[in-house]
Amino acid sequence: MSVLVYTESEQGKFKKAAFEVASYAKEVANQLGTTVTAVAINADNTAELGNYGVDKVLHVSADSLKDFNAKAYASTLHQAVEKENAKVVIISSSADSKTIAPILAVNLKAGYASNVVAAPTSTSPFTVKRTAFTNKAFNMTEINSDVKIVGVSNNAFGLVENSGDAAAEDFSPNLDDSLFGVKVDSVDKVTGKVTIADAEVVVSAGRGLKGPENWGMIEELADVLGAATACSKPVSDLGWRPHGEHVGQTGKPVASNLYIAIGISGAIQHLAGINASKVKVVINTDPEAPFFKAADYGVVGDAFEVVPQLIEKLKEFKANNA
Amino acid sequence: MKILVCISHVPDTTSKINFTEGDTKFDTNGVQFVINPNDEFGLTRAMWFKEKQGASVDVVNVGGAETEPTLRKALAIGADGAIRVNAAATDGFFVAKQLAEVVKNGGYDLVIAGRESIDYNGGMVPGMLAELTNANFVNNCISLEIDGTNATAMREIDGGKETSSTSLPLVIAGQKGLVEESDLRIPNMRGIMMARKKPLNVVEPVDASAETTAVKFEKPAPKGAVKLVDADNIDELVNLLHNEAKVI
Repeated sequence: MSVLVYTESEQGKFKKAAFEVASYAKEVANQLGTTVTAVAINADNTAELGNYGVDKVLHVSADSLKDFNAKAYASTLHQAVEKENAKVVIISSSADSKTIAPILAVNLKAGYASNVVAAPTSTSPFTVKRTAFTNKAFNMTEINSDVKIVGVSNNAFGLVENSGDAAAEDFSPNLDDSLFGVKVDSVDKVTGKVTIADAEVVVSAGRGLKGPENWGMIEELADVLGAATACSKPVSDLGWRPHGEHVGQTGKPVASNLYIAIGISGAIQHLAGINASKVKVVINTDPEAPFFKAADYGVVGDAFEVVPQLIEKLKEFKANNA
Repeated sequence: MKILVCISHVPDTTSKINFTEGDTKFDTNGVQFVINPNDEFGLTRAMWFKEKQGASVDVVNVGGAETEPTLRKALAIGADGAIRVNAAATDGFFVAKQLAEVVKNGGYDLVIAGRESIDYNGGMVPGMLAELTNANFVNNCISLEIDGTNATAMREIDGGKETSSTSLPLVIAGQKGLVEESDLRIPNMRGIMMARKKPLNVVEPVDASAETTAVKFEKPAPKGAVKLVDADNIDELVNLLHNEAKVI
């Protein structure tokens, strides 16, 4: 009856989102008066999950799961759900988890609520709050099926420390060849760079930067803050920055603690995509830019003057607070 | 190759979002509806396959008669035929089950859907559809090439891209990157005229249950006014971010 949580790892190390979904699973387990079982695939230090309230870890080590495979991962979770007789499955909002969840939902005939931002408000009926209309609204959703899948938004519930045994148990799912219809040929990933999905701080710039050659200071500011870099839609359409950096309604959603928008006017589609960020700062020459209505802090000024100063001041701040 | 493109009928990206009936229904009053942007990238890619490699392209939507103008627009862009499953799209699972029936009956080799609709943002129909129809699945797809029954697809992952090999039957969930924004097509007069004569078949839904219910909506709390910091006083900004917002 335990709550099952998929704790995602990368090259053996748990992602931050894994600890967040574990924290969420613990909260649900408390509400239901049960325990938390995590599924970890090719992860090294499963004991870490105990810090976030995980009682038991089904530890899967399989060469066949070295590359991501949606159906095989979903099947692994499906088998774990059956073994534990779990009624609630918690999953993150990573690209991989969002690929697994719908497949798992079909396998389990389970209702799936994605983009959930808070603990269930009721467990009977099982009701969660999720974002809809690309952050322009929230939607209370009831999951009516016997088994329920909850996809938790990044950086919404937060990390909650708890103690659990995280007792590891080897788990070997039975994976049929037919699951492997999609084979990974290559992965092209910038290593050592914070991704927009994981970032606590995102530094984003728009057309106000005038050209791709001016992104040096944006990268530097991101560096100082340990932030991910992002951009507005026109900037990615113009090819100044890769599509992967485009945030907004048709780009990536951002739910960071701090979002700094530089030279971005704040079109409604852009604001929708970044609205889930907790604190928003805008730097723009135009005091009438719509972004000032959405931001918590604003600087009316030229990015080419303000950003270098901000870098300088942040460096000082870091030196004083190291 | 038979291609099916799933089209969601969604409020235009600039729409103001309001609710009626005690915050239980989306207020469509004054709202312009469009083809879901993620689906539009997929439709354009489908047209490319049709023109360069020879394929037939049908579009499908699960919804009431009010969604037909959106399907006609897809026909005007170049799809050969449209199917409307005559049912309210109550939840992702329900929609996926309806689409699975259309896929089975139509014998489609490739299904192109959007990563998510910009209204409910569920992001689940394509994956569910793939599983229900026993097809291969590539999510967040930003590139797709087909050679016979083999496919090479690229998907966006957190912090990068992944390329994989797979085969038909295949379901992809497309997004920006699948084609460039500048390649999106606007229907021309000839397309619009032709669309009127193209078939738009209305089929009744199969018996299926929804597993989730959207019970209530709410809008985010109104925001306080922005705190302006002088451009010559960036120290103050750092101070506010540290001591007041506590984000650095």
